[in-house]
Amino acid sequence: MRPEAVEAMLPFLRERFANPSGAHAWARDARRALDDARELLAELIGARPGEIVFTAGGTEADNLAVLGVHDARGGTVVCSAVEHHAVLEPVESRGGRVVPVDGRGVIDLDALAAALDESVALVSVMLVNNETGVVQPLEEVAAVVRRHAPGAVLHTDAVQGFQWLDVTRHTAVADLVSLAAHKFGGPKGVGLLVVRDGVELAPRLLGGGQERNRRSGTQNVAGIVAMAEAARCTAATRDEVVARTRVWRDRLLDGLAAALEGVHETGVAGPGGAGAPVDRSDKVAGIAHVCIDGIESEALLFLLEEVEVYASAASSCASGAMEPSHVLAAMGVERALAFGSLRLSLGFASTAADVDAALAAVPPAVERLRSFG
Amino acid sequence: MSTARRVLVALSGGVDSSIAAALLLEEGHDVVGVTMKLWGGESDSGCCSVSDVDDARRVAQQLGIDHHVFNFGDDFTRHVVDPYVAAHAAGCTPNPCIECNRHLKFDRLLRRAEALGFDAVATGHHARVVTRCDGTRRVARGADVRKDQSYVLHMLGQDQLARTLLPVGALDKQEVRARAEELGLRTAAKPDSQDVCFITRAGGGRDAFLGRRIPRRRGVLVDTGGVAVGEVSDVHLVTVGQRRGLGPGNGAPRYALAVDAEAGVVTVGGLAALLVEETVVGELVWAHEPASGRLLAQCSAHGTPLPCRVAAVRGPDGGGDGSVRVRWTEPQRRVAPGQSIVLYDGDEVVGGGVAR
Repeated sequence: MRPEAVEAMLPFLRERFANPSGAHAWARDARRALDDARELLAELIGARPGEIVFTAGGTEADNLAVLGVHDARGGTVVCSAVEHHAVLEPVESRGGRVVPVDGRGVIDLDALAAALDESVALVSVMLVNNETGVVQPLEEVAAVVRRHAPGAVLHTDAVQGFQWLDVTRHTAVADLVSLAAHKFGGPKGVGLLVVRDGVELAPRLLGGGQERNRRSGTQNVAGIVAMAEAARCTAATRDEVVARTRVWRDRLLDGLAAALEGVHETGVAGPGGAGAPVDRSDKVAGIAHVCIDGIESEALLFLLEEVEVYASAASSCASGAMEPSHVLAAMGVERALAFGSLRLSLGFASTAADVDAALAAVPPAVERLRSFG
Repeated sequence: MSTARRVLVALSGGVDSSIAAALLLEEGHDVVGVTMKLWGGESDSGCCSVSDVDDARRVAQQLGIDHHVFNFGDDFTRHVVDPYVAAHAAGCTPNPCIECNRHLKFDRLLRRAEALGFDAVATGHHARVVTRCDGTRRVARGADVRKDQSYVLHMLGQDQLARTLLPVGALDKQEVRARAEELGLRTAAKPDSQDVCFITRAGGGRDAFLGRRIPRRRGVLVDTGGVAVGEVSDVHLVTVGQRRGLGPGNGAPRYALAVDAEAGVVTVGGLAALLVEETVVGELVWAHEPASGRLLAQCSAHGTPLPCRVAAVRGPDGGGDGSVRVRWTEPQRRVAPGQSIVLYDGDEVVGGGVAR
């Protein structure tokens, strides 16, 4: 977490602990903090304060968007094949349609158009893919939706986007936007859904009517205040962080490609290679994702951890085992290669030394594993 | 154990492997725990359920060792589940635990461990690795004879035995549970695993599992003279030696003597017809080198070791195909084709294969 966010939340775990729905002075103090946080976040996201619904994280926000719209309006829900499970599962649970992506992981707009009709109530396409860092063309998606399903609302899971992109611009076309605090230096277990005025949405949690009846339950004031502070810090430093991270990301990916045979960068057009500079303009700066021939990420991550390089592969299931990535499968990456995926994430706290450490650690670990077949 | 080694212990989430890890730690080894994710995901019982992984992780935390989960699901499907189904489809009796040990624990995991810099893999099996005077190793029966699992480890060769530790083989089950109790491990009172781990009662058991994978094949029961005497609803579910479900058998019970899954015919007969003088064993794996002469043979995981005389099968040209003829000292019930037969010299495994 960002230290500023930690500091911001502490008073609300201690002396300013009150329930913002109460009627006394302590409650009004908490309420004030909640209102401040809501206003700040609204500004940073490009929404009106009343459009912000606080949730317990990104998964709840995604579920509320998909299921809330479906419960309110019925009809068909549609999403891309590379969505986070927090969108895919709700869509599939309602018998929705899943739209394929191309080899870079970008939604196929023709297939999207073909999947749309009058019955469609919601289309959900993420802003940035959490595994590959590929940015989806939301404006083009919105145009296709307007043309082929004018009554549908557009939801975007922007959980992976806020840290790297100016979401006020990138998500302006979306009617619903999900965010999670822990992706930009806030605490886990808190997030929000932007619900633009006029979008019909049935609540998932019924009770005391908090969040204008869209999400009952006492607000997590400390978490929300910390999320707002983390968002403020993120937005204030974003341009600088993105600029330096992009340089490191390029160094990492180009360095791996130079040091090792059989490193396939995901999210770029074609097989790449042959000295030509790789076009990474469609990817956010903070994710370096590759698939490596002849190794398994489980074993690679184990060896990297021994030299204190902490990376990840695809997503993990409840048991902690690595599952073959549905994102890579949707991109047409062969299963054996997908088992060799490696995601090196960079953030606001990363340093040039981290990049050097990763560049020093990955090639020998890969060579070792390859030598054992 | 003289020198400390770097050991990867396979934690299933059960009490035996928990104590295997604890014993290795006491001996001063550098221990890391791993749970193999082999099958299913959310099943409430059997191996690899989330709750078993939770137990394994919690035990590792309590012991203060690292814990990892390796997903070997594809290998498990290819080497254990698919052959299990194929064996039933062919009217044979599969040995899924043995295939899992052969292909997963002592191949896939052992190779992974080596690549990650481990000296050995340990499991919680009730069996021992013993070293003979000549320096070669054998799997030997565990101290708790009733819990002995040497049968399912018979395929281990010298290379694997040199890198395998079976720490709980020296204890009986009560001691294992007592140790776990002392250490306050949550697995102390956990029931022993039973049956085939990837088949759950909630999923309808074995018949339902196979029914979803093999088209049902009604079968006719014939006597040894070829006369039809009854029917079975699915020939794939009949095992040689089976008595249950094979009809009235007015008076004398009726046993399956042979299963021809392709033709849909089960030959049945009385107990006398079930008895054989000898059994041919193929696909042999020897611990060190081929053995023959007076040995003991065990035909199921907890079966009685039976005295026998073992000799290589010779073809007409005098050469052999590697199979052996096991001549029983006393006539024995027919062993279902596909069933593993393990050969012992005293308490030590010398090899094993499958009944033909």
